[in-house]
Amino acid sequence: MGEEMQKDIIALTDLSKFFGSYHALRGINATIREGEFFSLLGPSGCGKTTLLRMIAGFETPTSGGIAIDGKPMEGISANQRPTNMVFQSYAIFPHLNVAENVGYGLVTRKVPKAEIATEVSRALAMVDLAGYADRAAHELSGGQRQRVALARALVMRPKVVLLDEPLSALDKKLRDQMQVELRELQQSLGITFILVTHDQEEALIMSDRIAVMFEGEIAQLASPEDLYRRPASKRVASFIGVMNFLEARIKAVKGDIIRLNIPALGDIEISRSGLAPELDLDRVRSVGVRPEMLTIAFDDAETFEQTVEGEIAGTSYYGDMTYYSVQLQGQADPVTISMRNTAGRSIAKPGSKVRIGWGAESLVLFDSD
Amino acid sequence: MVARLRSLMAVKWLTVYAVSYMLFLYLPVILLPLFAFNDATVVAFPLSGFTTKWFDVLWTTEALHGAVRNSAIVAISTAVLSTIFGACAARAGARYRFPFKSGIIGFIMLPLVLPEIIVAVALLVMLVQLGMSLSLWTVIAGHVLICTPFSIAILSSAFAGLDQSLEEASFDLGESKWGTFRRVTLPLVMPGVISSLLITFTISLDEFIIAFFLTGTDVTLPVYIWSQLRFPTKLPSVMALGTILLTLSILLLILAEWFRRRSARRQGRDAAAAGGFV
Repeated sequence: MGEEMQKDIIALTDLSKFFGSYHALRGINATIREGEFFSLLGPSGCGKTTLLRMIAGFETPTSGGIAIDGKPMEGISANQRPTNMVFQSYAIFPHLNVAENVGYGLVTRKVPKAEIATEVSRALAMVDLAGYADRAAHELSGGQRQRVALARALVMRPKVVLLDEPLSALDKKLRDQMQVELRELQQSLGITFILVTHDQEEALIMSDRIAVMFEGEIAQLASPEDLYRRPASKRVASFIGVMNFLEARIKAVKGDIIRLNIPALGDIEISRSGLAPELDLDRVRSVGVRPEMLTIAFDDAETFEQTVEGEIAGTSYYGDMTYYSVQLQGQADPVTISMRNTAGRSIAKPGSKVRIGWGAESLVLFDSD
Repeated sequence: MVARLRSLMAVKWLTVYAVSYMLFLYLPVILLPLFAFNDATVVAFPLSGFTTKWFDVLWTTEALHGAVRNSAIVAISTAVLSTIFGACAARAGARYRFPFKSGIIGFIMLPLVLPEIIVAVALLVMLVQLGMSLSLWTVIAGHVLICTPFSIAILSSAFAGLDQSLEEASFDLGESKWGTFRRVTLPLVMPGVISSLLITFTISLDEFIIAFFLTGTDVTLPVYIWSQLRFPTKLPSVMALGTILLTLSILLLILAEWFRRRSARRQGRDAAAAGGFV
């Protein structure tokens, strides 16, 4: 695989952090590759910000080590590290104008004045703020402040850019736009970005790889697609998007073939090789099904691998999509099924009986909570 | 109709109260320049003519010049020292958590409520016990003790209002701790620093009790003025001196406010809303 050829830029080994008696990070092991967009995703208090601040040099690990570009970072303070940060509050210096803010770090490096001016205007052009150099900090909108903070970090040509929830202060429309822009900028520059976010959608859209964190531990580190399609635990599965959980039991294992019984859906045979190798078959008690992995058969002519009868309990209309809540036999809670609202299809009424199509590909097996 | 009359009356009474309050406060102050330019040794009405001779007397009084110089040394040293100490304490209070923090801060603020005469006598007894001779430095030490709490009170809000991530951002951009203080922290708390310098300067300049107890042969201005009040003929020139001091204080306050508003405007804050001592 091509990804294997990529060089590691950051290595985190057995990182632990105590704040007094509070165990904020519990043995973090991960490598971040050069040029990738890496996200730390988790609910608040999971330690993602602590980990980011530790990479920046603002927090000292209680034990374990961080290496950036092969160099151990122990004893190297934040102002000596090849990382630059975009703060959640943006931390734009209020007494300096845009150009002075962006050029701040270059002045520290004693770069000649003329060179600073060219570097600053280059960086401002990069973030679409050309012509804003003389603006006072307080004259900027939220989105512009975010861009200035980014330009201020990029102008330093860091090996790694650290972003601490940079979009959380923006409104929804601007946030969606900035997600795309940030991703495009990162790809064109080829600089490693590490993003901290609690927004799973944002992480999925922007990242090459995502580390999902709960209670100071990495629960799963994978690409957005793997994370969504093959979540390692029920907790990860319900944190990333919507997942229906159904009771399930393995009836028999014959070589590569596993016979699975799901009371709400029926029996099915699946192949062992399609599952995660570390999955403990003896402990499988449930399966997960994404809402879009189930299909309501509006057209009787449609064929499916497997079908099951259900009754629509409720609908939520989203414009392009409709989310159906469907009651299945042998399952207490209704399952959620999402259907695209294509031309000529009306929304099915609650109480109507429907045929639901599913298959082996729809299922994720869980051996734990 | 009755209601309107009543509201009119209420306004009238309030106005009368406000005006008489202001007169009571400021009339004596207005009398000061009035008699400073009055051509008579006796401070009494009617005024007998315009003169600037009391000011001329000031120019030729050597002892006064010494007192002014002493007061300037004491007030400037006190302002600088107590603002530095105040800044350190205010920053520590705003940024760090340490054991017995509120106790320690409370202890530093204590001179604010202690009777000055107690502080003065206690300091005098201690200095004598230590065998230190009284000089301008002992006065400065006493003044720093009572001025530092004011400085902390002024600077605490300046430091508390400072976003911690600004200092982190500077450090993250390669700047040293000292460079961060110089390029980010100091400019942002500058209005507070100037305000603190001016307030502590003013407090030290007109402080009498501690200066009276702790001064050696070099007297400060208030102690000098007090000593001159024993001679009735000197009274008009004391008033002239008072007029000069009054003008200077007003100019200083206007300057301080101008600085504060300018920096508030630069940072895009509403000058009136940003607070300040004036």
